Amino acid sequence: MEKVLTRNIGPEQTPTDLTAYEANGGYQGLRKALRELSPKDCQTVISDSNLRGRGGAGFPTGMKWSFVPMGDSCTPGHKYLVCNADEMEPGAFKDRLLMECDPHQLIEGMILAAYTIGADVSYVFIRGEYVVAIERLRGALAECYASGLLGENILGSGFSLEMHVHPSAGRYICGEETALINALEGKRANPRAKPPFPQVSGLWGRPTIVNNVETLCNIPHIIDRGADWYKTLGRGEDSGTKMFGVSGRVKNPGCWELPMGTPIREILEVYAGGMQDGLQLRGFLPGGGSTDFLVPEHLDLAMDYNVIGKAGSRMGTGTLIILDDQTCPVGMVLNLIRFFAHESCGFCTPCREGLPWTRQVLQDIEDGRGQLEDLETLAYQVKYIGAMGNTHCALAPGAMEPLQSALKYFRDDFDRHISGGCCPYESHKVHQHQHQHQQIGTGA
Amino acid sequence: MNDAQMIQTDLGTVLTREEIRQIDTELAHVPYKAGAAIDALKIVQTQRGWVSDESLRAIAKHLEMSAEELDGVATFYNLIYRRPVGEKVILFCDSVSCWICGCDGIKAKISAKLGVDYGETTTDNQYTLLPVPCLGACDRAPVMMVGDDLITHLDEAKIDQLFSDVTVEDSASEGEQ
Repeated sequence: MEKVLTRNIGPEQTPTDLTAYEANGGYQGLRKALRELSPKDCQTVISDSNLRGRGGAGFPTGMKWSFVPMGDSCTPGHKYLVCNADEMEPGAFKDRLLMECDPHQLIEGMILAAYTIGADVSYVFIRGEYVVAIERLRGALAECYASGLLGENILGSGFSLEMHVHPSAGRYICGEETALINALEGKRANPRAKPPFPQVSGLWGRPTIVNNVETLCNIPHIIDRGADWYKTLGRGEDSGTKMFGVSGRVKNPGCWELPMGTPIREILEVYAGGMQDGLQLRGFLPGGGSTDFLVPEHLDLAMDYNVIGKAGSRMGTGTLIILDDQTCPVGMVLNLIRFFAHESCGFCTPCREGLPWTRQVLQDIEDGRGQLEDLETLAYQVKYIGAMGNTHCALAPGAMEPLQSALKYFRDDFDRHISGGCCPYESHKVHQHQHQHQQIGTGA
Repeated sequence: MNDAQMIQTDLGTVLTREEIRQIDTELAHVPYKAGAAIDALKIVQTQRGWVSDESLRAIAKHLEMSAEELDGVATFYNLIYRRPVGEKVILFCDSVSCWICGCDGIKAKISAKLGVDYGETTTDNQYTLLPVPCLGACDRAPVMMVGDDLITHLDEAKIDQLFSDVTVEDSASEGEQ
């Protein structure tokens, strides 16, 4: 397969500087756009390519851009392009690789996106813990400013753009685009009510596009080589390539660029090397911590947005989290719910109060204090917290996805916890128990 | 804020010239001063290690916002520290992939080795242990950050080696004896 997003990323994962990036065709897409394409032409190419957002929601990128008011329909003032580099979805680790190893690819994608929507200011909103990526992006930005690729009158085209790397002060909810905008404005990162959508009224009340890192990294290649070429890259119904990852107890966890529509079995068995010795596959979250479990019967499905959607889950970030047969499904869901309860922004009641309640019910079951009625409570929570429209944003409904599918596929495990009065999977807890004994001084 | 507090603000910790210079640089990018609240908090935290009540009031005054409003921002973000932290903060990933790969045992090992639980600082003031949302290195789980360094493929031997210079009094067992 032709490598597109990772063509500059070798096994040693050394960063690509401006010289190396340009030597391998870098900034050709930008030069082409500034020379011969209007912003409208660029938006059309991206729409025609069927590129869908790689941050998790899968919204068509060209369509998102088309909502930005252009020309006379836009009131005078700034427009903003923001890269969402706040990778914090449990189990997602693809954007880190793209930023650490090929920062110029992201920058070129951002300049092209900004050109298309007429933005004059852009931000890379990046989680503060990504220190290496922050440093390399800042280095790459300096190279760009020094070479006329950023700043006033880029490459003599008359188009100007300033770009800033903005390290975040934390919190998962900043990945939600309107929460991210509030964080950029120096506020608490509560999501905003929509409408108005950020494309019309975003940062400082101005038209703003927020795109994921991987989405933006696709842009230079599509502009350079065209929508038709891009559509040939996928193996199924979706266009392009995708960063797929596998974590959990497999032989070779990692992240690979593969065609859209690659079967799950191939990702898991060929690239991730299959399960570690002595372990069997129980299930997996196909696209990060807020996607529904799928099970071995789904292994031959293609990783395409609609295919995974029809199977009852979401492709999300495309990073699979593997549940093996010696890891407790209840414990895994408890870990996820604990995460989401902790990361709730606290703005709306179903999320702020509901998720800790769910966590408590699951903790009771996991600790062997569960009762049969607890399963009804969990089903009730899935129904009411999980319903879009009952909460202010998608965090709590996302949190309910692994729970609702665990209740469906691993119901026996919940029952065994309740009837047996303890967790049947003790392997994870040995160390924890030893530690507790040490702490209370009763250890050997 | 009452009068007594106001006087304390004026007489207490003030922003240094360097802090003000850096904050004012950020003010150039925002339409009103409160828009630089998070940047200002980070600037002061970089200089002082954490954001005390006095620092908070000084920043709020400079940004022409109330201390309460700024505290609402400061306490929202997990990388703004409103209590003192050790020289290095350990950001321990306890999210799902690290959990599957046995991070609970590693956390117990760190707690035993350093004598701290989440939110606590070692007695020698070297390390503060905090949980962190998924660090985005799930293919190398379990992972954590110590200061700016990402440490991957954690096991008990690695913890022993990393913190070999730390000796902690075991207050729990001393109490038993």
